[in-house]
Amino acid sequence: MTELKHYFAPTSLDQAVECLKDGDVTILAGGTDLTPQSQAGRLKIKHTLMNIRHIPQLSGITLEGKEIRIGTLTTITEIMQHPLIRQHLPVLADACDHFASDQIRNAATLGGNICNASPAGDTLIPLLVLDASVELASMPEAKLYRHSMPLSTFFVGPGKTRRSLCELVTCIRIPLPAEGHVARFHKLGTRPALDISTISIGIAGTLKAGILSNVRVAFGAVAPTPVRASQTEKALEGQRLDAATIEKAAEVAHNEVKPIDDVRASAWYRKEMIHNITKRILSHVAQA
Amino acid sequence: MSLKHDIEFTLNGVKRRVTVDVTMTALAMLRDVIGLTGTKYGCGEGECGACTIQVDGMSLNSCLMFAVDCDGRNVTTIEGLANDSKADALREAFVEHGAVQCGFCTPGMIMQADHLVRNECCGDTESIKRGIEGNLCRCTGYKKIVDAIASVSGAQN
Repeated sequence: MTELKHYFAPTSLDQAVECLKDGDVTILAGGTDLTPQSQAGRLKIKHTLMNIRHIPQLSGITLEGKEIRIGTLTTITEIMQHPLIRQHLPVLADACDHFASDQIRNAATLGGNICNASPAGDTLIPLLVLDASVELASMPEAKLYRHSMPLSTFFVGPGKTRRSLCELVTCIRIPLPAEGHVARFHKLGTRPALDISTISIGIAGTLKAGILSNVRVAFGAVAPTPVRASQTEKALEGQRLDAATIEKAAEVAHNEVKPIDDVRASAWYRKEMIHNITKRILSHVAQA
Repeated sequence: MSLKHDIEFTLNGVKRRVTVDVTMTALAMLRDVIGLTGTKYGCGEGECGACTIQVDGMSLNSCLMFAVDCDGRNVTTIEGLANDSKADALREAFVEHGAVQCGFCTPGMIMQADHLVRNECCGDTESIKRGIEGNLCRCTGYKKIVDAIASVSGAQN
């Protein structure tokens, strides 16, 4: 890896992916993760620092057919306040409301939160239970090439994703939820603001006549990446959401996660909280 | 030699051209290159809010921003509020309510309060408290700070 030799602020997507071709590029968006990581020496900026702020098509929230598209540069504040998100995806607005502080929400971008790939990333859990997909752009030949992958397959480790060095995340797509959709997010930390989650939980599904289906459950800060909890999902799928189902699901969740001890909490505490908060969220959904 | 880049932006209403290190933060540029030291370095990682500035009308932490990212944008620092009637009211309220103790958090606190007042984000004291979650006061004088902001925004309870 070479020293930083070049600063580039493209104004079109084509210019940006062209620049990414050689792979030796650090991408700057909101800067709220990149700045402290590079200042503290935890991250070395590559040959080129590319600031993608001036590419208009990377911003904004739109309804496209049966999907909501959120541009990679959209800030957390913009997501939290946008009428489309508040109407169709309130669980995402709720998670954004728990994100860091006002100043950081005003600068941090959705694409940045995804590519930083923290196991505790606040937007990642609601996005996983909303079945979001990531769109990536690159220029393998002379033409712009786009492809998508489910967010659930995007993360491979702390700070590591399946984005190749030649690719740029351009947007996130979220299918419009079906009728009867319910979704909840809970972030557990030691203080409400500027906290990295001890654990976080997202649960979504379709609730019809007391029966929960299309269940998606995701947990944050209990594994090297944000994770979907397939066993917990199975314990809930097609079940009547009564006290027995809820207790069973909470137990399955407790056994399914394999957290570690670290500065924020012990593995034991994390497992207990996964159990208790899964139970609490499901009880609230059942009573709503 | 560190890589340099020329940028042009509006700082407190005046167009500026500056040559900055590409890896430098906006905070370091304001303090060390331009010489505006009203914006404070507290933690350097976005936890304390002492370095809060406004960029294109939004408050943010200048320690979490690359200086090069100011290019083409509209930046306001605490010095830029010196001749601003809305900010006058805030400044007077801080004095009147004794909301300044050691004073180190004050510039960041005023920048954030100004952002909240302008965007009408502080209709009650609860929203003021949420709004200043990203600003720490080590003297812990939060009650007076919240009272001062409430007196300007007209917030009840």
